[in-house]
Amino acid sequence: MNSSVTRSLQTIVLILIALGLIALALGGFLTPISRIILTPIISTQTWIASRYQAVQSYLSAPQDIANLRQENTQLRAENSSLQTQIIELQQQLAETSILSALVDFARANPENRYQAAAVINRDPSPFMQYVIINRGSDDGLRRGMPVVTQQGLVSRITAVTAGAAHVQLITDPASTVNVRLEPSQAAAVLTGSISGDLSLDMIPQGANVESGNLALTSGLGGNFPPNILIGQVAGVRSRDQDLFQRAAIQPVVDFSQIEIVLVITNFRPVDISPLIPTPGAP
Amino acid sequence: MSTTTTTRLFPASTLATLIAIPVLGGLMILQTSLVSRFPLLRGTTDLVMLALIAWTLQKKVTTAWQWCLIGGFMFGIASALPVAAPLVSYALITWLALVFRRRVWQVPLLAMFATTFLGTFISHAVSYVTLALFGVPLPLVEAFNLITLPSMLLNLLMAVPIYALISDLAKWLHPEELEV
Repeated sequence: MNSSVTRSLQTIVLILIALGLIALALGGFLTPISRIILTPIISTQTWIASRYQAVQSYLSAPQDIANLRQENTQLRAENSSLQTQIIELQQQLAETSILSALVDFARANPENRYQAAAVINRDPSPFMQYVIINRGSDDGLRRGMPVVTQQGLVSRITAVTAGAAHVQLITDPASTVNVRLEPSQAAAVLTGSISGDLSLDMIPQGANVESGNLALTSGLGGNFPPNILIGQVAGVRSRDQDLFQRAAIQPVVDFSQIEIVLVITNFRPVDISPLIPTPGAP
Repeated sequence: MSTTTTTRLFPASTLATLIAIPVLGGLMILQTSLVSRFPLLRGTTDLVMLALIAWTLQKKVTTAWQWCLIGGFMFGIASALPVAAPLVSYALITWLALVFRRRVWQVPLLAMFATTFLGTFISHAVSYVTLALFGVPLPLVEAFNLITLPSMLLNLLMAVPIYALISDLAKWLHPEELEV
């Protein structure tokens, strides 16, 4: 009997102690004590965990490095492949934009038929300002056909082979083009030069030519179709003692950057040389 | 005492002539597609001329005139200049290089520079005269300042690497005889 009463009392006391501890814990009174107890335990656990991780990484490191190297090589290969793709796409985009502009030009000038060609080479002689295009007589190109870009006149074909053609630029010193100035309607002759600059000669003294006037092909002489834009007047030199005025022309085409050109295939130059009187002829 | 030489399918001189076609052709393609896109003022490097000079200056080379002919024709085909102009100018340059090879044989690099210097003048003078005969108006001073002087500078800059390459080619085609 006594023993059962004692056991019950012990149980009650333990329950009360437990309830008391719970009440103290809920009230926050045990926090300092728990901190004192837990801190060394946590430190010990942290130390053991870090040592364990160190040993684990030491044991598994060679395999990880090999995997990482393999992955790195793979990623580098993917990266270079993607960079190549980007460059290719950029080139395609640039080509597409040029072709799109050329198509717009062709639509705006439906009276002509065009053959697109890529500039593949430049003349090896620095005295000659010619380019070589990748279309020739097999594609219907003939000597004398005018060559343009979406911006304006490039010049004409001077020699043709089966798969390529020589194109003389209007900046070549031997090139001459009959032009008409807008809005003055004055006729003049455009010549190239060794420096690559374009100049207008034979402008009548009475013509009212100003900077900013447009120079277009006049069609005179039969070498070029009329109304193809060449450039703008950049400066005029007019002296009273001269027979004609002269002017400098800023071309609309950047001849150092030509990549794709259009050849006007339905234009045939007119050979007027038999009509030019020769000295001594009746 | 005996000598050993490499056995080949063709004699060295025939091979040297045949190899001019890919070598000069490659240089011509490089010149028209790449080098001419990077001018200095209006001047450009003449890789074919430099290769011809370097080849002619090699001691054991006997095919200088064959290279001159092949190079001249290639230039004439690629350029809008009349074919005769590069042929004449390259013939004069080859002759000049042969003279320098005899006179300055101990210092080939000096001969290379001297021939490049004078060769640029000769090549441009022939081009100038040819174009003048065809009625192309070319102001002399402007041509000299804008084309000849920059071209000369570029040619002199490229003279050493081209000489080294052609020298290696010549050594491969005409190996030194080994005494056994």
